[in-house]
This record gives sequence, structure tokens and C-alpha cells, in this order.
Amino acid sequence: MEETEGGLQFHPMEQFTLKPLFGGDTIHWYTPTNATLWMAIAALVILFLLVIGTARRAIVPSRSQSIGELAYGFVHTMVEDVTGREGLRYFPYIMTLFMFIVVANFLGMIPTSFSATSQFAVTIPLALMVFFAVTLLGFYKHGIGFLKLFWVSQAPLILRPVLAVIEVISYFVRPVSHSIRLAGNIMAGHAVIEVFATFGGVALIAPVSLIGIVAMFGMDVLVSFVQAYVFTILTCVYLKDALHPGH
Amino acid sequence: MAEHSTEAAGMPQLDFSAYPNLIFWLLVTLVIVYLILTRLALPRIASVLSERQGTITSDLAAAEELKEKAKEAEAAYDQALADARAQAQEIVARTKAGIQKELDEAVQKADAEIAARTAESEKAIAEIRRSAMDSVKDVANDVAGEIVSALGTRADAKAIKAAVAAQLKGLG
Repeated sequence: MEETEGGLQFHPMEQFTLKPLFGGDTIHWYTPTNATLWMAIAALVILFLLVIGTARRAIVPSRSQSIGELAYGFVHTMVEDVTGREGLRYFPYIMTLFMFIVVANFLGMIPTSFSATSQFAVTIPLALMVFFAVTLLGFYKHGIGFLKLFWVSQAPLILRPVLAVIEVISYFVRPVSHSIRLAGNIMAGHAVIEVFATFGGVALIAPVSLIGIVAMFGMDVLVSFVQAYVFTILTCVYLKDALHPGH
Repeated sequence: MAEHSTEAAGMPQLDFSAYPNLIFWLLVTLVIVYLILTRLALPRIASVLSERQGTITSDLAAAEELKEKAKEAEAAYDQALADARAQAQEIVARTKAGIQKELDEAVQKADAEIAARTAESEKAIAEIRRSAMDSVKDVANDVAGEIVSALGTRADAKAIKAAVAAQLKGLG
């Protein structure tokens, strides 16, 4: 703390700490926290974008209505293109996932906010929900035939057991990569911005760190959307596997 | 304090004591978002989109219909124009024929009049010629009689007349 260099306190991960909203130290499962606040704001933003914005039901849409329609059309075509027409039954679930993730990501870009999607405790349940829903749906639709997903019928017979083992492993790795990818991307971007911001405390490096923050921020805005898109389209791909397990 | 700082340096995401809280509020949020979407947002946006699609389709159909009507109107206009032209031509032809007829009649009448007048004139000329001839004959008779008497011979008036007539015959 004596020298300027040594005085820099790096706490890039502190922004991800859960804090109770109304004081106190203990966090029970029901305690309203900063995460609660920002998830509630996310729900409100979704309400404003998709419900209040479309309230006028205009034939020629206003700006906010356009955003709602754009989001709707974006996810709708994605579901239809990847899973086919019968996948549209599950469109509301996928739309819920997409809207929550994309809004939470963008809200996380607001300085001093809390990004819910940087928490493994958030992304792992999201991924596990998709994993279990898709697996159960697959068995419900095709019974034992769902296991054909792991039996690559085009491959030579000798290779098929080996491929089946690989397929099973990759199937169970899905929720892991699905959740870590989202949380990792969001967390890394925010942590790097925090590190740049800490370097801003040194007058000499401050301009560089400012440029760095601006550049990282721009990239993180892109990442926020792309990661929401990736999460959603992977969900669609998994859903397609459940609906059409044959290779 | 030292313990706290090491904790802050690590990943708060791996603090499992926070998990029940985050998972609970995540589920609450997801249920709320799901209800917002399925009860309000998605049906409304779907209806707006389909309504717009319907409006566009019906507008296109109406435009097609109007285009068809415009084509019909154009055809009717063309037809009317052609009819009017044909009628005008007919009128022109009829008028021309009428004028021609009148003209022919007038010409014929004029020709007839001219012919009549010519005949009349010819008759008058012939009359004049005959009377002139008669006068000439008389004069010739008289002159011949005088000449004969001047020669000292008496001549019969009848013989002189015959001689003069014989001489004049050649003149016609």
C-alpha cells in the first residue's frame, strides 16, 4: 500500500459476490439479494419489452414493438429451422430461456450491476433443466428407441460400440459445456474490465486502461448477445435430438 | 481479514452456500418470465404478426383486384375510342356520299340546262342564218334583175330567180 504499484488492490471477482439486499450477513435460500434484484429487473425489462411495448398492437410497429417482434421472430425461426415444425410446441420454453439470458447478460453490462448469468448456480440449473427435459422428452416420445441416438447406424459395425461410448460421454458432457460456456464468457469479460479499471488508478496507465475498458465493453456487448444465442441454439439442437434421435 | 481477502480473490461462484439462494430466485424469475411470455407476450405478438400478415395478404389481393379493374376500364376506354372513331368514319363517309350525290345532281342539272340552252342557241343561229340566206337570195335576185336590165335585155323574173337559186345552191 506504500508504493503506487503495490497499492493496487485487485478484486476482479468481488463483483460476483452475493450480498443481501437489506443488510445482514447470512444468506438463507429465501434472502433477497443483489441477484434477486437484478433478476427481478430482468423480468421487468422483459415485461416492458414484450408486453408494454406491444400494447398498441400496431400494424406498423413502434420501436419497442419492433424489438419485441424481432426477438419473437428471431427465436421462432431458430426453433423452426433447427427442430422442425413439431419443435414449435416447445417454443415458449426456449423463448423464456433466450429472453432471460439475453436480458440478464445485457443488464450485467451496466456498471455496478450484478450479472446473474455469470453464476454457475444460475447457468448449471438452466443447462440441467434443458438436459433433463430433453432426455425425458426423448424417452417419452421414442421409448427405448431414443437410445438409437447413441448408435451411429451409418458407421461400420465394428466401430459402432466405440462410437456409442463416445456419444454417451459427449451426451453427458453437454450440460457441463452448456453451462460453463455461458457463465465463463460473461465472468471473464467482466473480470477483465474490472482489472483494466483497477489499473486506471495509476495515472500513467489510465489512458490505456480506459481504451481497454471501452474495447472490452464493446466486445462484451457482442458476447452478451452471442452467448444467449449460442445457449438457445444448442437447446434447439438438443431438442432436435430428442425429437428425431436417428442419425 | 486475511481470510476474507483470500475468499474474495477466489471465485465467489464456487461458494456453494450461496447456491440455494441463487437457484431459488432463478426458478422464481423463470416462472415469472414464463408466465409473462405465455399469458401475455407471445399470444399478443403472434396475433399482431398474423394480423399484419393478413392485412398484407388482403391488401395485395385488393391491389390485384384494382389492377384488374383498371385493366378492364382501359379496355372499355379503348373500345369506346375505337367505336367513336368508327362512327366518325361512317359519318364522314355518309356525308361525303351525300355531298357527292348532290354534286352529281347539280352537275347533271347544269349539264342538261347547258344542253338545252345550246340547242336553243343553235336553233336561233340557224334561224338567223336562214333569214340571212333569204335576205341574200332576195338581194341576189334584185341585183341580178338589175344587172340583167342594165345589160338591156329583159329577163323574166322567174328565170332569174331560178338561176340565182342554182348559183346559190353551191354555197348552200
